[in-house]
Amino acid sequence: MNGEGARLPRLESAGLDGWMVRLFERIEETNLAWITPMTRRCEAAFGDALVDLVPSYTTLLVVFDPLRLSPEEARRRLLALLGDLAPDEPTEGGEVRELPTWYDESVGPDLARVAEHTGLSVEAVIDCHAGTLYRVFALGFAPGFAFMGLLDERLEVPRLATPRQRVPVNSVAIAGRQTAAYPMVTPGGWNLLGRTSARLFDRDREGFSLLAVGDRVRFVPVDRTAFEAQGGDTTPMEAGR
Amino acid sequence: MKSVMKRAMDRVTNSETNKYTVIGFRVERAGPLAQLEDAGRFGVRRLGVTQGGPADLHGWAWANHLAGNPWGTAALEITFGGLTLVAERDLTLAVAGADLAATLDGQALPLWQRVQCREGQRLAFAMPANGLRAYLAVAGGFAAEPVLGSVACVVREGLGGFDGRGSKLAEGDRLAVGEPSSAGASLNAAPDEARIDYRAPARLPLLPGAQVGDFTGQSLFRAFNATWHVDDRADRMGVRLTGPRLQCRIGSLVSEGIGLGAVQVPPDGQPIALLNDRQTIGGYPRLGALTPLAASRLAQCLPGQEVRLAAVSSEGALAAYRRFYETFSG
Repeated sequence: MNGEGARLPRLESAGLDGWMVRLFERIEETNLAWITPMTRRCEAAFGDALVDLVPSYTTLLVVFDPLRLSPEEARRRLLALLGDLAPDEPTEGGEVRELPTWYDESVGPDLARVAEHTGLSVEAVIDCHAGTLYRVFALGFAPGFAFMGLLDERLEVPRLATPRQRVPVNSVAIAGRQTAAYPMVTPGGWNLLGRTSARLFDRDREGFSLLAVGDRVRFVPVDRTAFEAQGGDTTPMEAGR
Repeated sequence: MKSVMKRAMDRVTNSETNKYTVIGFRVERAGPLAQLEDAGRFGVRRLGVTQGGPADLHGWAWANHLAGNPWGTAALEITFGGLTLVAERDLTLAVAGADLAATLDGQALPLWQRVQCREGQRLAFAMPANGLRAYLAVAGGFAAEPVLGSVACVVREGLGGFDGRGSKLAEGDRLAVGEPSSAGASLNAAPDEARIDYRAPARLPLLPGAQVGDFTGQSLFRAFNATWHVDDRADRMGVRLTGPRLQCRIGSLVSEGIGLGAVQVPPDGQPIALLNDRQTIGGYPRLGALTPLAASRLAQCLPGQEVRLAAVSSEGALAAYRRFYETFSG
């Protein structure tokens, strides 16, 4: 019905002011090497007519001003950009960010549950989570909320059956093959392992978000003393929440 | 009566624009939800920051236009009513959008037209008589420090608004206003065709999206022929519609960017139209996207109201959008 065919990449209508650039079907770490340069090229090619760009795991949503650029003209430009798109070198574009993290039952109330589900000890869960260098696949859900992967298969656990109403700021969490840290208090259904002292979203910082799509991230275990010294909030989760 | 000293203390300098501002109103009663909205926050969605901006672009644009303000000026979005403001100086203002039974010193306030308000007068919004969201624009615009390029108030994200922290209006707040532009307004009142009767059943133009072919034939027929009801689970993030259960062959997608007006269908088969404060990415299949003006129209519907979805072409929708903007440019 969309007349686009199944071939990738392809453009799909996303309303009067948007095209969805669909580059891949499945989540793969190598997708970023194509999505990131496409994002940069759109910025250059659309200029003032560009309203917003939303890169995600397999797609790039391009939002333009339809008063400056007709949807047809926007489509032509995107097809031209796709025509000679070349991937970034795998090692390029991605700072390594370290997130100091206090893994503890008081701020990571799902540690025991994850250990039980995976058959690992709590220590092994922590080692496994902190032992992987993750890639930021997408930002969304809330300002500065970075979806990172891929989590070690041994740590794969489902989301909570009933999401928590309030997940504390800076909670470090896992779900499926992904991990994240909550930049602000929101509802959330991921499994909480601990808390980071990093400031994930700061309106006064250049770029605002600590993490950007393509960044590589390592969670660095710290003890309570170091966590507090870095300004970490040790307020425990309420019992049973 | 205010002393000269008090007036001098009211002066606030907006460092971002270096624009001279003064206090225009004091909030006597806050009501459930009143918030500042400019055109929205753009260019930061890739950080997970939502668009914000007026839920009803039409009412917001008319209020500003009648107050003599250029496109994008910040106005107050008043949801449901219950707000009482006291003017701290003489002001030129206009209220458009919903009829929330507004009064000025107890007298019915005329909507969709420019009104003069004197210092000390009480502007009160009671409750919805027609529509859900009223827009109050004041000549010179409301003034606040932009956050990430915009003053649009997003409560959930803690961004924008008068305090920059996404707070809705609270009792005792004092609201800064800017200097009116010298050009002034060209129209005193909106023409009849611009004044929408929000109680009438709404026909919402929708541009079909890429997954429309993944819905069953019967579901597609129902989507565009059934009468939908606006659910009470409705806010600035999105509006849930209840009606026949729609079936899609795909249950969920890999999360991807969501545009304004996108109509997503979760596994329960009941569509959700996503509005200005929607999450930036999501993974439910979509019927398509409401046009910007259709999303605005839906934002004025009260729970229980009837709406219909109408598939339209991009060409027709673009022409309507251009006509709308031409009213406010130049």
